[in-house]
Amino acid sequence: MSTEVPASAPAAEESTVSVRHPIRTVALIGPPNSGKSTLFNRLTRLRQRIGNYPGVTVEQRVGTLAGRGEEIRLIDLPGVYSLTPYSEDERVAVDVLTGRMQGAPRPNAVLLVLDATHLSRHLALAAPVIALGLPALVVLNMADLLAQGGGSLNVLQLAEELGTPVALVSATQETGLDAVERFLREDHDPKQPSPALPPVLQDFPQCRKWARQLGRRIDFRQPIPSVWTRRLDDIFLHKVWGPLIFVIVVGAVFQTVFGLGQPMSTAFQDLLAGLGHYVSRFVPAGLLRSLLFDGLWKGVSSVLVFLPQILLLFFFIGLLEDSGYLARAALIADRTMRSVGLNGKAFIPLLSAYACAVPAIMATRTIENKRDRIATILIAPFMTCSARLPVYTLLIAAFIPDRPVIGVLLSARACVMLSLYVLGFLAAIATAKILKSSILKSTAAPFVLELPDYRRPTWHSIGLRLVDRSRVFLRQAGTVILSVSLCVWVLTHFPMHHGRAPGLEQSAIAHLGHAIEPVIRPLGFNWKIGVGLLSSVIAREVMVGSLGTIYGVDPATQSMTLQSALRQDLALPGAIALLVFFAFAMQCTSTLAVVRRETNSWKWPLVQFVYMTALAYASSFGVNVLLSRLSN
Amino acid sequence: METGMPELCVALTDLGLGEAGTVDHISLPLADQQLLMRVGLVPGAQVRFSRRAPMGDPSVYSIDGTEIALRAETARHILVSRAGLPPAPELP
Repeated sequence: MSTEVPASAPAAEESTVSVRHPIRTVALIGPPNSGKSTLFNRLTRLRQRIGNYPGVTVEQRVGTLAGRGEEIRLIDLPGVYSLTPYSEDERVAVDVLTGRMQGAPRPNAVLLVLDATHLSRHLALAAPVIALGLPALVVLNMADLLAQGGGSLNVLQLAEELGTPVALVSATQETGLDAVERFLREDHDPKQPSPALPPVLQDFPQCRKWARQLGRRIDFRQPIPSVWTRRLDDIFLHKVWGPLIFVIVVGAVFQTVFGLGQPMSTAFQDLLAGLGHYVSRFVPAGLLRSLLFDGLWKGVSSVLVFLPQILLLFFFIGLLEDSGYLARAALIADRTMRSVGLNGKAFIPLLSAYACAVPAIMATRTIENKRDRIATILIAPFMTCSARLPVYTLLIAAFIPDRPVIGVLLSARACVMLSLYVLGFLAAIATAKILKSSILKSTAAPFVLELPDYRRPTWHSIGLRLVDRSRVFLRQAGTVILSVSLCVWVLTHFPMHHGRAPGLEQSAIAHLGHAIEPVIRPLGFNWKIGVGLLSSVIAREVMVGSLGTIYGVDPATQSMTLQSALRQDLALPGAIALLVFFAFAMQCTSTLAVVRRETNSWKWPLVQFVYMTALAYASSFGVNVLLSRLSN
Repeated sequence: METGMPELCVALTDLGLGEAGTVDHISLPLADQQLLMRVGLVPGAQVRFSRRAPMGDPSVYSIDGTEIALRAETARHILVSRAGLPPAPELP
C-alpha cells in the first residue's frame, strides 16, 4: 500500500531517509499479569477484533492504534514467560514473531511489556525477544506501583545494557504512554545491534541467571510487597473466614445475577416485544410481516433477552478477576475440584456456565492442561444455564402444585427447581469423574497458580470486557438463531396452498413431528412436544415460543393458556421426564459452535452432543416408565 | 550457595511457615519442570513458604516476590537447601 498522506496532514515533520522503515505491524509480548492487555486496550481503545489463530485454540487479538496518522496494527500475543515453545501459547507467540504464523503478518516491531515490580523475574523474557533483532521498546509497566512500594531502577543503564529504548509507564494510570506512541510513530532501522545477551537463548535457566545479574547491574530495587495484599490475604485466605467469604461471594453473585438479572431480562423482553410490535405496523400484513416479526424477530429476541444476565455475570467476574480475588477463589476451590479430577482453575468457567455455557467455554482458556480443559468444556453445559429457566418455569407452573414443603421456606415448586439445579451439577461431576478416569486421563500436571497483588478494578477495563463479551455473544448467538428461526418459520408455513399457509396438521413441521413421534413416545411426549424439542436444538428457550405457536394455531387449544393446554396434552410422568430431558440434553447450537471453535475439531462437539442426548433420552425414559408405573 | 551443605536438602513442604530456601533440584518429569520454570521455580531460585491456604493445601510460596500456590503433591518433589535466612522481615 502506498497511500499518499492526505494534504491536510501536518507536513512539518522532517522526513527521514528511506533506509529506515515506519512501523506497520507491532506485536505486544509479555508474561501473564504484566498488564499487557490493559496496555493493548489503552492503545487501541475499541478498535480491535478478536479471532482465533488457524489450527490452534489460542485467541488472536488484533487492533489498530487509536489516533491520527498512518494506520499501525497491534497484535496482542498470549502471555508467555519464555520463547521456548513448551505450551501452545508460546508456540503461537514464537510463530507470530518470526512470521511463520499463517493469517498473521510478520510484525516489524515489538513492544515487550514487563511488570516493573517483578522485573528481575520478567527480564528473563527480554533476552530471547530482543535477540529476534526487531526494533523493540521495553515497556516497564506498573510504574506507579513500583514507586509506591519504594522500588527503583536505573532506566538509562537498562536501555544501554539491552540496546533498546525503555519506557516506564502505567497502563492503568495512563502515564508514560506518549513515549510508547512516539516509538510507534517513529521510523526504525530494521535490524537492531545485538547487545550482550546470554549465549543460549533457548535455555530458560540461563536467561534467568542473566536476568538476575542484569537486575543487579541496573540497581533494581524490588518494591516492598504490598501491605494491602498481605492484609487482605490474611482475611481472604484465612482458615475460617476464607472459605466463608468464598461461599458468600459466590452466593451473592448468583443472587444478583438471578435476583436482579431476571427482572432485567423480563423488562428487556417486554421492550423487544413492544419494539417489534411497533415496527411491525409499518410493514403490510402478510407473509413478509409474518416472516420478519413472527419468525426472525421473535427468534432473535428470544436469545437477546439473556444479554442482561450475561452482562451482569461478566461484570462480577471482571470485578473479581481485576481485583485479584478470582485467583484466591480458584485456590480455595482447588480442594473440591481435585476430588473430581479437575483443578481450581476450572471453577471460574463452571461458575459462568450457570448463566450461559458459551462464555463459560471461552473462559476455559486459562486452563493450561489440554485434557483438563476439554473435560471442563464437556461438563460445562450440564450446569443449569439461564436458557433452561423459561422451560423449567413453564413446566413447573403447569404441573407442580404450589404446596409448601418446609413451611414458608421451600415450596414444592422451588423444591423441584432446586432439584433440577442439583441434578445438572451431579451430572457434571459424574461426567468429569468418568472422563478424567478414562479418555481424558492425564498425569496430574502440577497446579501452579500465581496470586497477583490486589488491585483496584477500573471501570474502563471492565467496560471494555463487557463490550467485548457482548459482541462475541451476539455474533455467536445471532447468526445461528437467525438462520434456524428462518427454518422453523418456513416449515410452519409450507407447503402453501393457493398462497396461504397450511393448517398446523398439514404443515411440513407436523410431518416432521409425526415422523419423530415413535422415537419420543416412550418418553411420554406427543408430536407437538417433539416439534418443540426439535426447535429447541437452536436454543432451549425457543421451546416455549414454538409450543406457544403450535398450541396457538391448533383450534382445540387455541383459547387456553399454554399451561392449561400443556396439562391437557401431557401426563405428569411425561412432564417430569421432559424436565429431566432438559436438564441433560445438549440443545444449544451456539454451545456446539463455540466448542467446535475452541477445540478446533468436530470430534468434541459431536461426542458432547451424542453423550448428553443419550443420557437425556435414557433418563427421561427411565423417569417416564417409573412414574407411569407408580401412578397406575 | 554451593558452599553450603548439600545434605541439608529438604522438600519444599518441609519448610516451616516463613522459612526460606534455595531450590536445589526438582525431581519431576521434564514437562512439569518446564511448567514450574515459567513462574521462576528453577534451581538457584529463592523460595519462601509464605502461607498455608485455608484447606491446608495448596500452600502459597513466595518466589522472587511473586506469590505462587502449589499443591503438596508438587511441592514435595521440589528440593531446597535451607538458606539459613531468617524469615522475611515483618512490615510495620
